[in-house]
Amino acid sequence: MSLPFLLEIGCEEIPDWMIQPALKNLEELFTAALTQNNLGGTVTAMEATPRRLVLRAEGLNASQPNEIKATLGPPKSAGPGAANGFAKKMGVTLADLEVITSPKGEYYNFSKAVEGRKTLDILAEVLPGIIGKIYFPKTMYWTGKGGARFIRPIRWLVALLAEEVVPFEFAEVKSGAITSGHRRLGAASIPVTIADHQEQLRANGVILSAAERRALIESGLDSTVKKDEALLNTLVYLTECPSTIRGNFDPQYLELPQEILSTVMRHHQRYFSVEDGAGKLAASFVAVMNISSDPDGLVRLGNERVLRARFNDARFFWKVDQQKELVDRVADLKNVTFQAKLGSYFEKTVRVIALVKDIAAATGANANAATRAAELLKADLTTDMVKELTELQGIVGGLYARAQGEPEEVCQAIYDHYKPLGMDDSIPATLTGQVVALADKLDTLKGCFGVGMAPTGSKDPFALRRAAQGVVKIIVEAKLPLPLSTLSLSNELTEFLLDRAKFYFKEVRGFKYDEINAVLASSHDDLVDVDSRLTSLAQVRPTENFEPLAASFKRIQNILRQANVESGAASLIDPALLEPGPESELHSEFLRLRDIVEAQRKAHDYRAALEAIASLRPKVDLFFDKILVNDPDEKVRQNRLALLNSLLTEFSAIADFSEIVTQH
Amino acid sequence: MDSFQQTLFKLKSYWSDRGCIIQEPYDMEVGAGTMCPETFLRVLGPKPYRVAYVQPSRRPADGRYGENPNRLYKHQQLQVILKPSPADIIDQYLGSLEAIGIDLRKHDIKFEEDNWESPTLGAWGIGWQVMLDGMEITQFTYFQQCGGVDLDLVPAEITYGLERLVSFLQGKESVYDIEWTPGVSYADVRLADEVQFSVYNFELADVGALWQLFDLHEKECQRLLDLYKKYEDKQRFPLLPAYDQVLKCSNAFNLLDARGAISVTERVGVIARVRKLAVGVAHAWMDQSNPVAASEVTA
Repeated sequence: MSLPFLLEIGCEEIPDWMIQPALKNLEELFTAALTQNNLGGTVTAMEATPRRLVLRAEGLNASQPNEIKATLGPPKSAGPGAANGFAKKMGVTLADLEVITSPKGEYYNFSKAVEGRKTLDILAEVLPGIIGKIYFPKTMYWTGKGGARFIRPIRWLVALLAEEVVPFEFAEVKSGAITSGHRRLGAASIPVTIADHQEQLRANGVILSAAERRALIESGLDSTVKKDEALLNTLVYLTECPSTIRGNFDPQYLELPQEILSTVMRHHQRYFSVEDGAGKLAASFVAVMNISSDPDGLVRLGNERVLRARFNDARFFWKVDQQKELVDRVADLKNVTFQAKLGSYFEKTVRVIALVKDIAAATGANANAATRAAELLKADLTTDMVKELTELQGIVGGLYARAQGEPEEVCQAIYDHYKPLGMDDSIPATLTGQVVALADKLDTLKGCFGVGMAPTGSKDPFALRRAAQGVVKIIVEAKLPLPLSTLSLSNELTEFLLDRAKFYFKEVRGFKYDEINAVLASSHDDLVDVDSRLTSLAQVRPTENFEPLAASFKRIQNILRQANVESGAASLIDPALLEPGPESELHSEFLRLRDIVEAQRKAHDYRAALEAIASLRPKVDLFFDKILVNDPDEKVRQNRLALLNSLLTEFSAIADFSEIVTQH
Repeated sequence: MDSFQQTLFKLKSYWSDRGCIIQEPYDMEVGAGTMCPETFLRVLGPKPYRVAYVQPSRRPADGRYGENPNRLYKHQQLQVILKPSPADIIDQYLGSLEAIGIDLRKHDIKFEEDNWESPTLGAWGIGWQVMLDGMEITQFTYFQQCGGVDLDLVPAEITYGLERLVSFLQGKESVYDIEWTPGVSYADVRLADEVQFSVYNFELADVGALWQLFDLHEKECQRLLDLYKKYEDKQRFPLLPAYDQVLKCSNAFNLLDARGAISVTERVGVIARVRKLAVGVAHAWMDQSNPVAASEVTA
């Protein structure tokens, strides 16, 4: 028999951003329990709203399969007394025993049919544990000290195996077949079956499917609404019955910078911004409600009023902040702690200015503009606007600098200096901005590593991974001539940056990990050069000769290792000792290509160089086909090893081919 | 349209009907209703308790000289504590909104994650800000810890921001336009308060004197806490007055903060000094009301 199963954990409002991970975790825990207990079945659907996590499964067996449990008794040779004793111990008579033949001889054996336990009973046992194990970043207790923990109080539990309730209790709530509807649009107590669960919820104001809620919201977002996937996802999991309303605000607020307006709308009010045809902010917004309609327009009026108050605040902050220019705020940074051991933001500013001068010199950036930007970089931390809208730090600094008549280059650099904010974010738009952003991030990294605050495991309170990621991304994408060795980094920090570089090239740029290893193994100091070598390698890799040659290089490396030849060791080839034919031909081809490859490499034409190296393949193949490296004559053998070593050394400067994973 | 005070009467009577003692505001300067002994000390220990009171709450740094339509140095909170929290607490809360005339089928209510933490009180809880048509009207918290003590019974704390709620109900753009009672506006009652305290808090408060006050109250509290350990008849020991000293320290801290006299570096240290006192009083309070339970706490 194959049974369906439904679990609904009814809860007070779960934070939106925790819902999807919790669902995934619940699915894993439940699937593991099915497997572990041999219950059959698979999870067929996971759905959630802020007030419920729902799991559906199908194909569960009514019980575990029956098993034969065998117990080995005494050897037959021990006689009837021992056999009777064994039978008695098993609670049966001698006649129920069988004799089996094992390699050790004949033995009594008792086989008992063990009936599998009922799925209902097993689920009743395991479900409380599963619910308690669902991972949430921060949990609470509510039934009293020492009571069960969950993200928010659980108020009902639906657990049905076909028509039957799976009986259990969690946090003083008994499982049943009663769910609860939308807080205002539905009944508080609704009997459900597996078949009608979703429709009953719909009838009571709850749209269980996240995809359907998403579609409902999207239907209210026309082409004038600025796309915002993260906000959309938040609203999907903040509502059970979403609908959109469009509100307006007084166009006079459009005098404020768009960044400020849209941040207020997005972060504080969770509204979508609306744009006019030219991509400029329009004086309206779209809000998402958790009810189906706003017939009297009350919700729209309320939201408009709140937004007006927020914009008034922002305008007030803008006005007050302008009374003290950024340059006069720099000294106030002495009172703003950057990090206890690393001092104030004023001290950080002094360090960043010094660093900016070095980096500007190395990259040919405008040193005056970069230094000025560095000086004003953190001054916006003392403004009311940033205290209120912390997510706008940097951006507010840039806007204020512009309002205060700083050169555009300086303003843009301040504006952009937190960029890139993530893997997908772009780097600062100008060279000055890139230099300043780099200096700021490098100072944070050097400082934190210097006082022993390198990230460990998942703990990274200063977002150092993101900072390092930003350093890599800026250097590579802006093609800055900044070899890591010129940045005076500790070994630990260099390793950390390289680790982030690997991550960047793999996850952001899509290179294969063995290509990245091959290129970094050759040299990793200049990340821009790493990028162009990687790009060439990826282009040449699919060509016919490449992978077979890589396999041969690995073979060469093994041979050399076995012969204890140190890689890169000076190796003089005596042409007189070369055997005419494949060996001598390989040698002359090597000599011919060596100069070509070297010239191409120096011209940074890595693709041509790699193609030239790959063209060596037929000669290498022939060599291995016809020539025995371990010649009885030691001098000949050493000469061959020298030839192979030269090949490997000379042709590994772009990428270490032996790092390439091949199927050959 | 109900006046400010009529709305207040309705809310008080609503919670009175649900078993709450209706208390009057605590007669000292506090930053939030949570700090009153009716909350801070009553939530400790295993004894159920239900109380509601309006608490004028002083946040010196939020003062705006009466010029900002929504920000106040002192606002009125309605603080409701239900210990332990009943299972239908949110429905009860929504019922209170209906009771003051909000038709919830026509308005949008959302519960958005907002966990509350007070480092000065060694207290934190899990909860939401309740949004009504995009406006935060209530902070809802399930307390987990107070004075560094894990709570035996988990109380629900409902804190209504009365000015916001009533300006919503009355459709006012500025809190100062709220009708307190017919013919009398919020500005008539409170504007002078906002202006004068803003001037004092931001411009004229004597930093040296405030530090002296902070030190004096800290010392007095610590003296009492030390005395408690040796005191024979613990039941009559003045812990409530000791807690008043904590509130005095906290208010001095807020004033110094508004005056810009506390650097960020110092801030953590000063908060820790107040917390030490609050935690000390909370533990002594547990010991005084239930010697057995307290020995478990400290063990």
